[in-house]
Amino acid sequence: MKKFERFEGVVAPLDRANVDTDLIIPKQFLKSIKRTGFGVNLFDELRYLDEGQPGQDCSSRPLNPDFVLNQPRYANAEILLTRRNFGCGSSREHAPWALEDFGFKVVIAPSFADIFYNNAFKNGLLLVRLEEDEIERLFQETEEREGYALEVDLENQRIITPRGEILEFDVDEFRKHCLLEGLDDIGITLQDDAVIHQFEQQHREQRPWLFR
Amino acid sequence: MSAKTLYDKLWDQHLVKQRDDGTALIYIDRHMLHEVTSPQAFEGLRLANRKPWRLDTNLATTDHNVPTTLIERAEGNKGIKDPVSLIQVQTLDDNCREYGITEFGINDPRQGIVHVIGPEQGATLPGMTVVCGDSHTATHGAFGALAHGIGTSEVEHVLATQCLLTQKMKNMQVRVEGELGLGVTAKDVVLAIIGKIGTAGGTGYAIEFAGSAIESLSMEGRMTVCNMAIEAGARVGMIAVDDTTLDYIANRPYAPTGEQWEAAVADWRNLVSDPEAEFDNVVTLDAAEIEPQVSWGTSPEMVTGISGQVPDPEAALDETIKRSHVRALEYMGLQPNQKITDIQLDKVFIGSCTNSRIEDLREAAKVAKGKKVASNIQLAMVVPGSGLVKRQAEEEGLDKIFIEAGFEWREPGCSMCLAMNADKLGAGEHCASTSNRNFEGRQGYGGRTHLVSPAMAAAAAIAGHFVDVRGLPANDANHAQEA
Ligand code: SF4
Repeated sequence: MKKFERFEGVVAPLDRANVDTDLIIPKQFLKSIKRTGFGVNLFDELRYLDEGQPGQDCSSRPLNPDFVLNQPRYANAEILLTRRNFGCGSSREHAPWALEDFGFKVVIAPSFADIFYNNAFKNGLLLVRLEEDEIERLFQETEEREGYALEVDLENQRIITPRGEILEFDVDEFRKHCLLEGLDDIGITLQDDAVIHQFEQQHREQRPWLFR
Repeated sequence: MSAKTLYDKLWDQHLVKQRDDGTALIYIDRHMLHEVTSPQAFEGLRLANRKPWRLDTNLATTDHNVPTTLIERAEGNKGIKDPVSLIQVQTLDDNCREYGITEFGINDPRQGIVHVIGPEQGATLPGMTVVCGDSHTATHGAFGALAHGIGTSEVEHVLATQCLLTQKMKNMQVRVEGELGLGVTAKDVVLAIIGKIGTAGGTGYAIEFAGSAIESLSMEGRMTVCNMAIEAGARVGMIAVDDTTLDYIANRPYAPTGEQWEAAVADWRNLVSDPEAEFDNVVTLDAAEIEPQVSWGTSPEMVTGISGQVPDPEAALDETIKRSHVRALEYMGLQPNQKITDIQLDKVFIGSCTNSRIEDLREAAKVAKGKKVASNIQLAMVVPGSGLVKRQAEEEGLDKIFIEAGFEWREPGCSMCLAMNADKLGAGEHCASTSNRNFEGRQGYGGRTHLVSPAMAAAAAIAGHFVDVRGLPANDANHAQEA
């Protein structure tokens, strides 16, 4: 996992509550043997006018001009701004994989579904919970100004708007630490590699038949 | 020093590190892989530039997607017609080759369902931690091992670190005491247990199966019981080590030999719960009361004895149960109070990691010998759990018994247990199946699964509907001894 660094990124507004994981990445794409490459199918049913198939070349598919991510001003967005209960539904890890593969680093919403919340942090995606009224204001400002960008400072747990307004947010220490250090579960476990080696050696001496 | 359960002992023997946040690092001795849940894990390793921690703990096979007819299998991977399935199978082959992991590929004589081949090879040993990206990994607990299924991220974690980040479960003991009736098998025992405690009864627990009826089971039977611990909500099922366990393991390819065997046996003898050990929950069943079981609904807990009937939702204890029964009867096309023996069948499937071992095939063959599959049965198939099971069955002449009776004799794999290959139920078809899940659509879109033992499945194939195997004239069992 890459270290999560302070950055400034363009915001794309997805004005919708209860966005479920099926909407984020529909089921037919789970047949893939990859963890990457889901970006072109992110929000597939909202984004294209036809039904997508796994492995299909999406460049010639008809785009839905009304969908926010199809608008040129949001093409390079790195922050997704949305409404409450984002990521509800199934436990598929493909949902954060698709958001990241598209280029999102942060999702800002009033609330997130539990499983999605876990899966996102496991994969380096920062989820920021803000108050409903703060979210409302951000929606307005995003729409008013093209190229609207926010600065995300995870270290100090704050978002800085172009006007210099500071919005503070909560995140638990362990998850914050993992993101800042770029540690996934495996990375964290590997910090204990000496302990594992030591255990393994002792295990081997006690029960050599397990090592054949 | 306090008394320990078998689970406590296995946990303690593998605890690498207890963390302050309540999670723990557990060392993994055996990691089994199949094609469906491993590709993203290998890709993750590659992206992070990591290598498997210890190659010799991994054992892979392709089982879920492989076709089961001889014609298709003769072509190896090329016989897989669905391109998506083919890619999954080839990806496992490629990953194993790239990293140097032992794989029993599609036409290896040792290929088979992952939970059949591990024990068969002696790759599952008492005292091991065994994991696999598959919920039926609980099967391996029959050997006094700590075995459970894991997710794809965890598959990658185990590959990279040889450890699992997990939390200790609670202890539950399920005791089955007394003697099983003639014709009542391990499958009936575990279905009866699930019927009693429900599909969430074991949630959060590691279940140890114990009691005289469990002790009297063969290893094949014990694996059948542990296999379905997951259907009772428990990720882990296990049974203490005894002579039956040791006799099964001796001389298997991966088992220790000579002095190491002696040392191992001395160690394995301790893999039993201490007499004073306390369980958080104990459930007891009387073996004599267990009848051959048949599931009537769309959850494994919707099960009853062969002499029973489909329940009337109106009689349900509460509104939630009533609604789920109504929905299940509708999906299954059954009437309230319909007798189980009146359920007409269209297909019969004998196979899966629950019931595709040699003993299962012998039991089914015993019933099928000299009989004919009923005319209303469109397809009755027998799918051995591995290439070696198939070979042994053929040496014993079981294949001929099945073929003469009108069963199809197939190549090993998961097959119609989950219908990821071409073996499927059609919409509305009723199937007597020796597999483990009767969920909606599990064996094919709209398919209706009834879970039963191999003997019950064979008897149903002959009769065209469910019958009580206990009422059948005793069959000549000589062929079973010939091996
Ligand atoms: S036989 Fe069925 S339950 Fe067993 S591993 Fe295969 S698909 Fe899963």
